[in-house]
Amino acid sequence: MNFQAIAAIYTFEMARFFRTLKQSFISPVLSTSLYFVVFGTAIGSRMEAVDGVDYGAFIVPGLIMLSVMTQSISNASFGIYFPKFIGTIYELLSAPVNFLEIVIGYVGAAATKSLFIGLVILGTAYLFVDLDIQHPIAMMSFLLLTCLSFSLLGFIIGIWAGNFEQLNLVPMLVVTPLVFLGGSFYAISMLPEFWQTVTLFNPVVYLISGFRWAFFGTADVAIGISLGAIGLFTLACMGFIWWIFKTGWRIRS
Amino acid sequence: MSVILSVQNVRKTYDGGFEALKGASLDIQEGEIIALLGPNGAGKTTLISTICGISSLTSGAITVAGMDIARDYRKVRAMIGLVPQEIALEPFETVINSVRFSRGLFGKAKNEAYLDEILKTLSLFDKKDSKVMALSGGMKRRVLIAKALAHEPKVLFLDEPTAGVDVELRKDMWNTVAKLKGQGVTIILTTHYIEEAEAIADRIAVINGGEILLVEDKAALMARMGKKQIRIELLEPVQEIPTKLAPYGLELAPDGGGLTYTYDVNAERTGITGLLNDLQAAGLQMRDVQTQQSSLEDIFVDLVQEDGA
Repeated sequence: MNFQAIAAIYTFEMARFFRTLKQSFISPVLSTSLYFVVFGTAIGSRMEAVDGVDYGAFIVPGLIMLSVMTQSISNASFGIYFPKFIGTIYELLSAPVNFLEIVIGYVGAAATKSLFIGLVILGTAYLFVDLDIQHPIAMMSFLLLTCLSFSLLGFIIGIWAGNFEQLNLVPMLVVTPLVFLGGSFYAISMLPEFWQTVTLFNPVVYLISGFRWAFFGTADVAIGISLGAIGLFTLACMGFIWWIFKTGWRIRS
Repeated sequence: MSVILSVQNVRKTYDGGFEALKGASLDIQEGEIIALLGPNGAGKTTLISTICGISSLTSGAITVAGMDIARDYRKVRAMIGLVPQEIALEPFETVINSVRFSRGLFGKAKNEAYLDEILKTLSLFDKKDSKVMALSGGMKRRVLIAKALAHEPKVLFLDEPTAGVDVELRKDMWNTVAKLKGQGVTIILTTHYIEEAEAIADRIAVINGGEILLVEDKAALMARMGKKQIRIELLEPVQEIPTKLAPYGLELAPDGGGLTYTYDVNAERTGITGLLNDLQAAGLQMRDVQTQQSSLEDIFVDLVQEDGA
């Protein structure tokens, strides 16, 4: 293992984050506050509690997931796309590193950033609603796994993307709908029966459900299935990235 | 001296079907400076990219210090530094952080004193904490060199290092290259500037159409291929070359005021004495006589033209 290389990539990537710390901090706090004002206070005050959880609190796990998923993808995809775009990827390709070290460096940094943002949003949520996290360890584990797996997905998107439009295509066309339809703002049981079945094909449902279980002890699907789903998703992403580096797809001519 | 880099019958076909290297072979000695000369599209950069692991080779073998570049990629790549042709740098980062990143990426522990020394050698030390985007083109190119040297490589590839660099800086860079050679670094350089190869290389390899046409000691190459010319300025211009002088294959200047005679320095008889006698016999009076030797550039152009023919 080339630990120096992992540390070098990680530090270099985190430096980008710290350069724009204010933006990184302000934007999630602002958007979360808006969600709480609109959904939690304005609309939420007229909504019943869901599974015994006040609506304002009910949406917290979904809101965190929404931001963490999109942030992970955009951080990780940009992190590897930028060197491709400006040409500095040559250094990575000619360095004594293997794919695992590159992935740990880039994905680790991207996941750290989104974990930070997730925690900032959680902190902001405390300003608006009463929260009592029932399974804090499970909550942190779910948060971490989500940061990690979606950063892996972002890394793949960054390698695949040939231009900036494509870089935004997958997050906009695929991830945002999946997250919105994944039960961020409602319980699956609130949907008509047919749509409940359709929803089970949305992987994000399992993440949000598991994450919400960690908060309130209630879930749409069993916690074991949630864990299995996110584990499987992480493995699939890792496998794909291994293949990318083995074949040089989109990175090595 | 031992062979540090060996390229054996390397072929590279790109996905589109373009064959950039058609069985190139080359042995590079430890501690030498070798210049790869070739026109645009000859395969210089492809060869370097293949050795450094940026593109994969289609067939053939490359070893560095006896180690296969694919099987022992960690050891091999840790020995190699690459200065790419295009300036590619993270614009928002500072010079020193960019250089630190390179050192770490190649698996070396921190050594600020060494990095400072590199920056000083390349006259970059006072720009250490400047952002890369604030530097001039020549400065950026030196940052690329600093990055390539950050992990103390044994073999350094310079892909057109002085493109777009002013004369003074170019001389500076030549000095740096000489200094590195003094430290035992093997240097492989591609260039368009033949004077550059002439000034700093020990050996010259000419590459064209994906093949290495020749590899030769610079001095030997220039002696072997070198032609000398005598330019004779006439007191009175002539309309045409007198028939008596036809065997010498002279060239007449457009204004008729000068004649050029080309001869081979290595030939047994250069024909100079005969020519001068015959000129006099033909009644031509000389105003001035100059000799000039062909440069590496002329040799190179001849070689590539022959190859194309």
